[in-house]
Amino acid sequence: MAAQGAIASRGGLRSALPLLAPAYLWLTVAIFLPLSAMVFFSFMTELPLSGKPWAFTLGNYAAFFSQGLYLTLLLASLRLGLEVTLWCILIGYPAAYVLAKVLKGRSREAIFLLVILPFWSNGLVRIFSWAMVLREGGILDTALNAVLPFKINIDLMYSYPAVIIGLVHSYVPYMVLTCYLTLQAIDDSLIEAGRSLGASRLQVLKRVIIPLSMPGLVAGAALIFVPVVGSFMEPRILGGRTGTFYGTVIEDQFVAVFNWPLGAALSFILLAVVLVILALAAPVLRRAA
Amino acid sequence: MAGVQVSNVSRSFGAHKALDDVSIDFADGGFYALLGPSGSGKTTLLRQIAGFDFPDSGRISIGGESVERVPVEKRRIGMVFQNYALFPNMSVADNVAFGLSVRGEAKAVIATEVQRALDLVQLGKLGGRRPHQLSGGQRQRVALARAIVTKPRVLLLDEPLGALDKALRVDMQIELKRIQREIGITTIFVTHDQEEALTMSDRIGILRDGRLVQEGPPEEIYDRPKSEFAATFLGDANIFRGDTTGNGIRLPDGTAIAAGAGAKLAAGAKASCAVRPERIRIATDAGAPDTANANMLKGQVSKRIFAGNNSTYFVERAGQTLKVIVQNTGADRLAEGQDVVLRWSPESTVLIAAG
Repeated sequence: MAAQGAIASRGGLRSALPLLAPAYLWLTVAIFLPLSAMVFFSFMTELPLSGKPWAFTLGNYAAFFSQGLYLTLLLASLRLGLEVTLWCILIGYPAAYVLAKVLKGRSREAIFLLVILPFWSNGLVRIFSWAMVLREGGILDTALNAVLPFKINIDLMYSYPAVIIGLVHSYVPYMVLTCYLTLQAIDDSLIEAGRSLGASRLQVLKRVIIPLSMPGLVAGAALIFVPVVGSFMEPRILGGRTGTFYGTVIEDQFVAVFNWPLGAALSFILLAVVLVILALAAPVLRRAA
Repeated sequence: MAGVQVSNVSRSFGAHKALDDVSIDFADGGFYALLGPSGSGKTTLLRQIAGFDFPDSGRISIGGESVERVPVEKRRIGMVFQNYALFPNMSVADNVAFGLSVRGEAKAVIATEVQRALDLVQLGKLGGRRPHQLSGGQRQRVALARAIVTKPRVLLLDEPLGALDKALRVDMQIELKRIQREIGITTIFVTHDQEEALTMSDRIGILRDGRLVQEGPPEEIYDRPKSEFAATFLGDANIFRGDTTGNGIRLPDGTAIAAGAGAKLAAGAKASCAVRPERIRIATDAGAPDTANANMLKGQVSKRIFAGNNSTYFVERAGQTLKVIVQNTGADRLAEGQDVVLRWSPESTVLIAAG
């Protein structure tokens, strides 16, 4: 970034302005203004739109610290984000490797399409179709009992695993895509060089391929971790009563309780925590990459 | 160290025969060049020897041990790639250490061996650098150090000098040859550059369309090519085509061209004669009969290219353009359009059977 700033001399910036302006104007209108309104709300006692008298307060932020529940839920959400990210790496990285290094031509395009497909389906449809698969007497339960000689009861619905399954399904394409891009950029001759020096495929993977694809893993992890920590749809539908997380609580403040100031405050605390985590992780990840 | 035997190796990719019944014996400690145009199968052959790809049929042995189904990591070979293939995430020293460390050698042993290898390629002080901080020639040396530090049985080089500029390439040719002599390793070297093949190798194998066209020491292939392709691919050659007269040919216009002693083909068949441009003498008149240079043709200079130490004359003769290279001795130069007489000896003429 610093290098780019140095290149963009004053004259260069002026000529670039017509190109930059539309995007930044849009960002200002679409994100900055509503977000600043939210920052404003988070310091209020009541929503001004409700007509009740209101005043400035720090109470909404204080609520987070005075009630242990919010911290517990935030930790649960962070753990959820971590677990979903790990599953996405375990499932997405091997797929990205095969796409980038094993498959060629037509078969690669076909498999790629299957990876992208979840993006094209509606999020709610995705989640409710999982509900049909996971519930007792659902598709998974029926299918397993049809095959297995003994009776088992599969009822994953309204459980923590169901939330994980739904979230991993939604977010694994991000990991596949980011890892595919970095893996594809690794020259095949590096793999051959490693093997010619006596390294097994596993050693080449560990010492050459994974370190070189680290930027893709990091980008994918960031793209997945951040939204999963704040997610509410999958936890609510697939998790039921067990699916109470930080994100669902924020959603409740906006949708059910109409306590926008508290919801906004909780959101900004989450944003701060996520930024702190990313900032702390940055040096470690940069060294790894 | 070990010799390499390739026996009747064939390899097809779909309908394309990349290697067609190739047999070569690579002597222990020798420097062998595989020369050929692109698509001739030379890289495919190198990859079979390395173990990146397995032959459809035939045998490959390294040091007498059959390896045609042994994967690359178990063959104990060293390879230098065309683009060097240095690991960008590691320092120069770690690159060189890679082969030793995957084998689980002790740290102290690795450090000593890596330093020795880097010293050998004259990069002893650059171990801490990253590959992207090195010049092309330096990367080349690191790739070489990395390939030889594990003491492989064979060193395989895939067009290793192709990405370097001319001056650096000549330096690296000498350097590569010195290192190869110093460690005495069997070296197989793929190139499409005939000059590189001539100056560096003890033996050359010329490949074309997946077949071995000719094989032998550089002098032998240059002086006695067995085919028009070998004659024109390795060096320049003037080719005359006609009917054999037993130890020479008769051109369609009746001119006879005599080949050296020992050349024998059944009279009457189609054949050709090859003559190197530097073997031909050029003069403005026939002069006295010259029994040593019995072959004589008349022609006209159509073009002259001056290259400092020599000049190339293009001589038109009966619809054919002949090339003559003359050393710059300071004597009078011939003008374009000048009528000339060309003479050369039968010993400089190679008789090649048609086909």
